[in-house]
Amino acid sequence: MPTLKIDGKEITVEKGTTIIRAAEQLGVEIPHYCYHPGLSIAGNCRMCLVEVEKMPKPQIACHIQCLDGMVVHTQTKSVQKLREHILEFLLVNHPLDCPVCDQAGECRLQDYYMKHGLYDSRLNENKVKKSAKAVPIGPTIMLDSERCILCSRCVRFTDEISKTGEFGIFNRGDHSEIGIYPGRELDNKYSGNVADICPVGALTDRDFRFKCRVWYLAKTESICPGCARGCNITVEANLERPHHANGERIMRLKPRFNGEVNDWWMCDAGRYGYKFIDHDRLLEPLIRNQGTVQTTGWNDIVEEVIKSLKGVLKKSKDELAVLVSPEMTNEELYLAKKLFVKELGLERVLLLRTKADGDQDDLLIRSDKHPNRKGAEWIGFEESKRAIQEVIDQGLKGGLKGLILFGQDLAALYPGRNVEDLLQRLDVSVFVGSNHNLTSEHVQFILPAATYAEKNGTFTNFQGRVQRIREAIPPAGQSKAESEILTLFADHLKLDWSYENEEQIFDSLRRSVPQFQGMNYSKIGREGVPVE
Amino acid sequence: MGAVVIRTKVVQRPELNFWERLYFPEVFRGVWLTSTHFFKNLTLHAFHALGLFRRIAAAVTIQYPEQLWKLPSRSRTRHRLTKREDGSPRCVACMMCETVCPARCIYIVAEEHPDPHIEKRPRSFTIDLGKCVYCGFCVEACPEDAIRMDTKIIDTSAYSREGMVLDIKELLNPTGVPKTL
Repeated sequence: MPTLKIDGKEITVEKGTTIIRAAEQLGVEIPHYCYHPGLSIAGNCRMCLVEVEKMPKPQIACHIQCLDGMVVHTQTKSVQKLREHILEFLLVNHPLDCPVCDQAGECRLQDYYMKHGLYDSRLNENKVKKSAKAVPIGPTIMLDSERCILCSRCVRFTDEISKTGEFGIFNRGDHSEIGIYPGRELDNKYSGNVADICPVGALTDRDFRFKCRVWYLAKTESICPGCARGCNITVEANLERPHHANGERIMRLKPRFNGEVNDWWMCDAGRYGYKFIDHDRLLEPLIRNQGTVQTTGWNDIVEEVIKSLKGVLKKSKDELAVLVSPEMTNEELYLAKKLFVKELGLERVLLLRTKADGDQDDLLIRSDKHPNRKGAEWIGFEESKRAIQEVIDQGLKGGLKGLILFGQDLAALYPGRNVEDLLQRLDVSVFVGSNHNLTSEHVQFILPAATYAEKNGTFTNFQGRVQRIREAIPPAGQSKAESEILTLFADHLKLDWSYENEEQIFDSLRRSVPQFQGMNYSKIGREGVPVE
Repeated sequence: MGAVVIRTKVVQRPELNFWERLYFPEVFRGVWLTSTHFFKNLTLHAFHALGLFRRIAAAVTIQYPEQLWKLPSRSRTRHRLTKREDGSPRCVACMMCETVCPARCIYIVAEEHPDPHIEKRPRSFTIDLGKCVYCGFCVEACPEDAIRMDTKIIDTSAYSREGMVLDIKELLNPTGVPKTL
């Protein structure tokens, strides 16, 4: 365990720790381009040069390992001068087209120039023009090799993380440029990450291209609902200037570091899977009556639904089924259980998927495409194919009187069955969901629900890690979070629920479900907590 | 920070002299001054109406819009978008002006330019003059000299709020008439 001094501050680190990591632990920032904690060391940008006593020349902090008694200086005059000169070299062929560059605002060249550069240009030569200017190199990424500083992060990412190896550096010297091997394109499941790790504007996201400037974005920490992994993400929304991107609110999703879950990465399916939040939404409570659709208020629709449900319940509890989904948060599943099982005494409150299983790999992607199956299991909902089949069979025979769906598109899940017929045979059919689908076109009551970006709550990923989602944007139209809808039902049933927010629901959840014991929102925090 | 020293300047109020303290003479002097201007202007306006002595100004105020005033060369007037040689807008939709605008009256929507060396251009560029405070920050912020406030169009009026909104066509080819010399 070597002990060293960085800028006069002493620190003891693990053997093999590099200076840049030790400095990070001390809170000393060493500027860098090619170094990325998730990738191998390249040491080619030279931006992290520091002075180490008794070493004759400045050393790169990303590569030199800490030794006992080392004394490192990161703020001396000569180090500052070095940084300035390195920046001058890196910017020699950089086109300075910041006004049209999507990276502007989160560009390391801009940031470090303002912090460590601030020199006047001495360049009288013409810049060396590279071949690729605004060229799409795959379905997700745009390449501009003029802006590239050849840090090789993207090359290392495709070699080491996605293991697809599309990128290479071609030609020599001034003419070196980044590119894709001939006959290939950047088309892998993690391609979006290269835009994140690119410290400059050479690789930018085609989906985000020209949508809005990055400084308009409001960032909220959340969890990707795309699969059971539960990658930590930042939801980036533009609320104040709705004229951009046709009024869409969510502009992009970015991965957020969590060493236990997703490291620095996220998959493309998750990254671009946010479009449903601003498209095809159910915006107001609707009642469908013999072909006519009527919009109504929340209190009226809840009153109507309860009246119809009571009618069914009078005859038999067996003829009403509630299908909850593993896309609901822990809080919502807990409330659903409390309302339907405890208070109304229903026997058929079943868990049903909303999406079919998909692909899986060794890096992040899980075949279960729901964010909260583990949490649902803990709360007491196990998905049983047989039980669901029974409900559908009973429904098709006309033996089912009521069905409440939480987001499941039955028509898409069971394409072979005559779901339309099933729904028409029911006395009461309720759809609580965020988006239009085939099933929502045929149900009697539509209760518009908020998406994960519009509510608070927790998901439990496949490892059993409880993580927080946060409200990034207000619910679209009149939609409400499922927890709010369930509380509204409880209010109309004159039950004494006094939940004011999701945190209070979680408090009573942790008292009744043993796995959540001892957790609370502040403990879950940014990175989530694993269950013991 | 040291102690804050507030400097006081004692203003000497002029004392009224004997003549002024008599009150009435000063009142009549005031009435006299006002009346001279009134009758002078009245007479001159009457002559102007008959087409006489047109060269002598009848009042201190400028008779806009019949009479125009020369604006200082740096004064900020209605905006315009400058053009490239081929007539397309110079603007690259970088949103600097939209960002800096304190009144939030600029609305730009960007799109791809077919030439990769220009890359970006505005699909729409709208200024709501009903909100604009004519601060000129947009002109300062523009890295492309694409927006200027030099049209010399100073009268802006409309019958509705929507009428105050200028779109990209109007900004590229201002149709207003400069009402200055």
